[in-house]
Amino acid sequence: MHAALLPGSGPAAAPGAPDFLLAVEALTVSFDGFKAVNDVSFYVDPDEIRVIIGPNGAGKTTVLDLICGRTKASAGSIKYKGTELTRLSESAIVQAGVGRKFQTPSIYDDLTVFENLEISFPRGRTVFGALTFKRDAEVRDRIHEVAAMIFLKDHLDARAEFLSHGQKQWLEIGMLLIQDPELLMLDEPVAGMSVAERRKTAELLHQIIKGRSVLVIEHDMKFVEDIAHRVTVLHQGRVLSEGSMERVKNDPRVIEVYLGH
Amino acid sequence: MLGDYSLGDLGAIFAMQGFAGLILFSVYVLMALGLAIIFGQMGVINMAHGEFMILGAYVTYLCTGFFQSHLPALFAVSFFVAMALAFAAAGLLGMLVEWALIRHLYKRPLDTLLATWGLSLILQQAYRSVFGAREVGVELPSWLIGSVQVTEAIEIPINGMVVMAVTMLITLAVALLLFASRWGKQVRAVMQNRVMAGAVGIDTDRVDRTTFGIGCGIAGIAGSAFTMIGSTGPTSGQLYIVDTFLIVVFGGAASLLGTLASAFSISQTQSTLEFFLSGSTAKVLTLLGVVAILMLRPQGLFTLKVRR
Amino acid sequence: MKLPTINDNPFMKPVEWVSLALLCGLLLVVLPLTLDAFRLNLVGKYLTYAFVALGLVICWGYAGILSLGQGVFFGLGGYCMAMYLKLEASSVEATRIQSTPGIPDFMDWNQITALPWFWTPFRSLPFTLLAVVAVPTLFSVVVGAAMFKRRVGGTYFAIITQAIAAILSILIIGQQGYTGGINGITDLRTLHGLDIRTDGAKLVLYFVNGALLIACILVAQWVKRSKLGRILVAMRDKEDRVRFSGYAVASFKIFAFGLAAAFAAIGGAMFALQVGFMSPSFVGIVPSIEMVIYAAVGGRLSLFGAVYGTLLVNWAKTTFSESFPELWLFGLGALFIAVVLAFPDGLAGVWRQHVEPRLTRRKAPTQSPPSVPAALPQGAPAE
Repeated sequence: MHAALLPGSGPAAAPGAPDFLLAVEALTVSFDGFKAVNDVSFYVDPDEIRVIIGPNGAGKTTVLDLICGRTKASAGSIKYKGTELTRLSESAIVQAGVGRKFQTPSIYDDLTVFENLEISFPRGRTVFGALTFKRDAEVRDRIHEVAAMIFLKDHLDARAEFLSHGQKQWLEIGMLLIQDPELLMLDEPVAGMSVAERRKTAELLHQIIKGRSVLVIEHDMKFVEDIAHRVTVLHQGRVLSEGSMERVKNDPRVIEVYLGH
Repeated sequence: MLGDYSLGDLGAIFAMQGFAGLILFSVYVLMALGLAIIFGQMGVINMAHGEFMILGAYVTYLCTGFFQSHLPALFAVSFFVAMALAFAAAGLLGMLVEWALIRHLYKRPLDTLLATWGLSLILQQAYRSVFGAREVGVELPSWLIGSVQVTEAIEIPINGMVVMAVTMLITLAVALLLFASRWGKQVRAVMQNRVMAGAVGIDTDRVDRTTFGIGCGIAGIAGSAFTMIGSTGPTSGQLYIVDTFLIVVFGGAASLLGTLASAFSISQTQSTLEFFLSGSTAKVLTLLGVVAILMLRPQGLFTLKVRR
Repeated sequence: MKLPTINDNPFMKPVEWVSLALLCGLLLVVLPLTLDAFRLNLVGKYLTYAFVALGLVICWGYAGILSLGQGVFFGLGGYCMAMYLKLEASSVEATRIQSTPGIPDFMDWNQITALPWFWTPFRSLPFTLLAVVAVPTLFSVVVGAAMFKRRVGGTYFAIITQAIAAILSILIIGQQGYTGGINGITDLRTLHGLDIRTDGAKLVLYFVNGALLIACILVAQWVKRSKLGRILVAMRDKEDRVRFSGYAVASFKIFAFGLAAAFAAIGGAMFALQVGFMSPSFVGIVPSIEMVIYAAVGGRLSLFGAVYGTLLVNWAKTTFSESFPELWLFGLGALFIAVVLAFPDGLAGVWRQHVEPRLTRRKAPTQSPPSVPAALPQGAPAE
């Protein structure tokens, strides 16, 4: 369960395990008959950086919601390291090693930066575990290490409410980082940032994507080109195109619905 | 207990209790309608809703009393005048309360609950100071008394039918207002996106105040109907608030049809059970049933799957 | 910027130790020395409500779950205790004149001829003491599990708990043969052979009550400063984020609700012991919501505030409803409104804003002010 505890652990090569870290097959969800995600299939390899692009309303965020269990699928399967995720609760999915960053910064305003990171530390996640959780050297060191990475080591005692928008985004990335997920899902990580913050974030993301698979939604094409191993293009809930950035960029259908304007 | 009755008997009991419970059903519908508008459309919990109903009941008491002593010739229609006045009084008080209290609390639903509870205590004490602790009854004009014999076993009280008709008219009017009028459009717009509604020029403050006022006004009419089934005391309203909330939640907030259906099923269950059991057991069983169903289906009876 | 030292999360901050010492001094020394037996017993009765307020601080203040049905748990705890006491007072010798001797008098009046099965285990004191806490807590866990696992929260939860309070009080009143009906279970005399009606026994019970209350405060403090306490605050703020940090949010809510129920139940049992009866008037909607105001007046995030808030409101209630019964409901109503609109942090907020800064400034001018308490719960979690 806590395979993700070891920093930078690679995919667990259990005997008989499939090659894919994540296999999404025939995934469909409908809201009141409207199919927001329609028969979507794609596969993510261990250590792969996959970017999902597509116009607004294409179902990108919904796909992430489905993987992390926030939305229940109407049909189809999501296999993570051979485990079916559609049947698991959100917390069980996180404990299996899937981390998710939301589009708008989702942090705890009333707590300090230190406490925000501490809550995300993957230990003592049951009621009893949380009651008896000890803030020991391991926790402390890890929090300081992550805080340094996300440029917040001088703000550990500040209440999260008082951080800037960019700092909040970094804090949430840090909260994911401290979980050390094997599959990291980021929803528009650089949206709404200043140019300087954007540069620093790109730098940060480059550091943290090492040694794990990452699923990113992003509109910033320069950023996408920079990091993507492969790109999946969604349009009206379906997969329109998939492959290397080079290939997708030259796909006439993609140019028509997305890149053209 | 059911074994002693034949199927035909049971059907007749069901129908008879249903007609006997017409007024209870109407009170429930009107109360729930007002609450559903306020809670469903605005997300505000009004714990003083029962006191707005009782305001309507007291207005009815005063109004019919006035007609009796000063205009006995028009006593026959006094009830309709009373209903209109009850609506106006409760509605105006509602708008005042919205302005003074509720509008500061839109982002804190749980706090609204406590504040409106405080308001209900103040209103109760005010009624007690003005009208006394003793319960008062309203005398009905003669044409509302009596009942129509339909079959040997079933008879329908006349006042029940009149109240029922008024209830249906008001329900229809609310539905029309919400779905066909400019105000209704504005209410729905504000409900869905307050900031955006404000940005396109809707006076959200005014819409909130009118909505709250109309919700409370309908509770006032419920109070008029209430005077036909019980005497009015300062704390009579409190007994209805939980039932009404359950009706709204059970029906699925923001669904008018759901509110009607759940008001019917709850009042019908209760009055049918009352035929066989003591009043308190019937009440316990009904409430337990509703709570149990809500635990299984918290979104209520009539709600659609929507993206969160 | 200094790195946080190893002891940056002590059990209590110095100012909290001072508050605890002050409260202990007040409850266990000052009040017993200054009040007569009658008044002290009255304070003891008020303090049983403080258990409920304390639970609400954790459940409502910290976890953001407003329960309007705490009277249910107070009542269940109280009834469990009262059933034991009533059975002891209904020995065959004491009830010789009844048509069925050996059962509580109200059963005899209602033509019940044998002790109902669910009364029988309450002949045992150990079972009773266990049941006082276990029955209400289990009930709260069942209700909590049914609600929280289905993501029912906020105002819906408040309404459902209120409905449960209504149901239980109607049930108790309706089933008078089994429960004593509207009068409740009265005429309680001895606990394990010791008379609880003497002044001496009442004094002992007062101290037991005070000690239990302080023990509960310490338990609440332990929960509050553990990681669980911070998770509750986090959950109130961003429930989804907690869920996606790998926590089963429902379990934490059930825990907070269950803890509040357990505290309330202890209060109920101490009430039955000190006041000598238990009745449905502590179970229904009105008492349940009044208990919320105790926590709100004290400050919904302050454990010590809960005790002072309870004492203050009840003292005011007794004073006013004796001399100006008409004014009391106006006052209570205004209190509900004022505490929501003007003083959302209650007494604790006033203390922290106006008194504490002066104290700390005089003591250590360079010391930074105590950390700001977590902000107000915004009711239902966002989204």
